Amino acid sequence: MTAASHPDWLESLRRAARAKADAAGLPSRRDEAWKYTDVAGLGVASFALAEKPQGGPPEAVPLGDAIRLVLVNGSLVASPDTPLPAGVVVDRLDSGFSADLVQAHLGRTIPPDAKSLATLNSALFADGVVLRIGAGVTVARPIEVLSLGQAGEEPLAFHPRCLVVVEEGGSATLIERHQGSGTYFSNSVLEIALASGAALRHYKLQDEAAQAVHVATLGVSLAAGAHYDGVLVQTGARLARHEVHAALDGLEASFALDGAYLGAGQQHLDTTTFVTHVGPGGASRQVFKGVLDDQARGVFQGTVLVQRGAQKTDAHQLSKALLLSPQAEMDGKPELEIYADDVKCGHGCTIGDIDETALFYLRARGIDEATARHLLIEAFLAEVLERIEAEPVRQAFAAVVGERLQGAHATRRIDDHRQG
Amino acid sequence: MLEIRNLHASVDGREILKGIDLTVPAGEVHAVMGPNGSGKSTLSYVLAGRDGYQVTAGSVTYKGQDLLAMKTEERARQGVFLAFQYPVEIPGVTGVNFLKTAVNAVRRSRGESELDAMQFLKLARKKAKELGVSEEMLRRAVNTGFSGGEKKRYEALQMALLEPSFMILDETDSGLDIDALKVVAEAVDAFRNPQRAMLVITHYQRILDYIVPDKVHVLAGGRIVQTGGKDLALELERTGYAQFVGQAA
Ligand SMILES: Nc1ncnc2c1ncn2[C@@H]1O[C@H](COP(=O)(O)OP(=O)(O)OP(=O)(O)O)[C@@H](O)[C@H]1O
Ligand SMILES: [Mg+2]
Repeated sequence: MTAASHPDWLESLRRAARAKADAAGLPSRRDEAWKYTDVAGLGVASFALAEKPQGGPPEAVPLGDAIRLVLVNGSLVASPDTPLPAGVVVDRLDSGFSADLVQAHLGRTIPPDAKSLATLNSALFADGVVLRIGAGVTVARPIEVLSLGQAGEEPLAFHPRCLVVVEEGGSATLIERHQGSGTYFSNSVLEIALASGAALRHYKLQDEAAQAVHVATLGVSLAAGAHYDGVLVQTGARLARHEVHAALDGLEASFALDGAYLGAGQQHLDTTTFVTHVGPGGASRQVFKGVLDDQARGVFQGTVLVQRGAQKTDAHQLSKALLLSPQAEMDGKPELEIYADDVKCGHGCTIGDIDETALFYLRARGIDEATARHLLIEAFLAEVLERIEAEPVRQAFAAVVGERLQGAHATRRIDDHRQG
Repeated sequence: MLEIRNLHASVDGREILKGIDLTVPAGEVHAVMGPNGSGKSTLSYVLAGRDGYQVTAGSVTYKGQDLLAMKTEERARQGVFLAFQYPVEIPGVTGVNFLKTAVNAVRRSRGESELDAMQFLKLARKKAKELGVSEEMLRRAVNTGFSGGEKKRYEALQMALLEPSFMILDETDSGLDIDALKVVAEAVDAFRNPQRAMLVITHYQRILDYIVPDKVHVLAGGRIVQTGGKDLALELERTGYAQFVGQAA
């Protein structure tokens, strides 16, 4: 129904993607990049494609003074109503107005891999959104994209699509939140093209419904002197995968992405990143911290590729996981591929337990064990959350993390009572 | 107030405390001295209830109750306070948050009302000032990046805020400069009253000039090998422990 309204150029792009996706099928654990994560096994292929939702936009409170867009099941249901700041354009991907911009950038930040779920997204996305920050424009208010999954009896699939273009010297803050109810498969793609000297702060909260499957592909291209600064917080979904493709093309670009994730029950949380240094003098930093309880499983696969021309690169990557239960599991595979000789690169992967000495110290001051653990876990994640500069965003994300921890402790206390 | 009887304790299967008998009545201060590795910190951990410090025999009675049956946090709430020889750095947990959580946990257990953020801050600032703990240290993560002496002041601050009835000071004097030692020791001494008691573990006479002990015990090889009055500390300063090391083995 929506597909018919797409302009020709977009329609042919979608048809090509469709043909590729149909031929390739969903990735399986036989594919190297999906070794640890079985998305096909959850039956998402049989979920019905969501239709355009009826009725008005749902009530939901924006974060702080954010300029907000709401997607329900991948369709745009609420555009920002206030007059936008000068130099900011928010539009549907298929509108004629932004056609040149969209054609120039769509699908350019993610390597064309038929099997990637980004290809499936290209074939099936509904409206899609494009945000443009004009050259030299600094947008003070954050722009928030809220994606809500609303599934009833039947499981649904949808494919949110968003393109962000920040032109030369522009600067903005993007908030992305994913929430919902029911069983659904959200397969989102966000592409970010940063022109020279452009800067984007990007804060994402994945707090999907407990039965949801969330796969997100993030593509970032950075021209000379561009800065990307991201924080990714994951607490929701039964299975989630966050796949990142970043290309530091220009001279002295910088890319920083930190992540905090909390898994409990049967949750499976996968972070897979590919950071490619193309231009010289670039800096990349990734710090991912996870807390896994019960039978939860975490995956961190990080590849940093430093190409021959990327001299003076400074690239660091760190994955740290706290395992709170003997059944929790973490798989990590950091990889450095370096073809330039004058670089500073480092990576590390640690898996540990709560620090018993610190726990004793807190308890020796009268703090009960559950609260003491809670404090130490929050402290472990604090380094990541503190990187969120926007105060209301940091508070909102920290509150979700806090609630999760509180919830986990509440059930544990009940269990203690049962046993005792 | 505290009665330790024939206390044996092991760490990793190795017996460290080999039958300690020690009684500290309310209102008294007892000093514990002894060579490195003799088991002083082990005794303090056993009293505070650290996991992995296994009591294999004996008993500890605190205010008539079985101390060893209580959880670590329960002991703290009942008024047992250990000032650590090596305070623990906890990056990411801010001091104010930590201190407030601890103070309110202890207050709740005493049936007192919890302090709100403003009330707590007022109290913490006042006590911090008395002990030479700066505002900046209060804002930082617990013990993180503190100097040795700063950590010891911070232990004293926690004591002042929690108002315990039985204190174990494990080498609180080591690491403090001469002026800081005076400030901290005088604050501790001012804490003495007929309802409180303390165990002061130290290697040096100096702290005992400020906190004059009722008794001095020598711990060597996991046992109390001698007990005397405050003069014993002075004598040890002259003679050292050679006489006891042989005796304990
Ligand atoms: N985890 C452990 N495993 C094995 N031995 C231990 C362990 N912890 C402590 N010990 C041993 O127990 C003994 C007593 O140690 P403790 O720390 O109680 O001594 P101390 O009297 O406090 O010494 P100091 O004056 O140096 O502080 C030492 O020989 C020490 O090596
Ligand atoms: Mg010691």
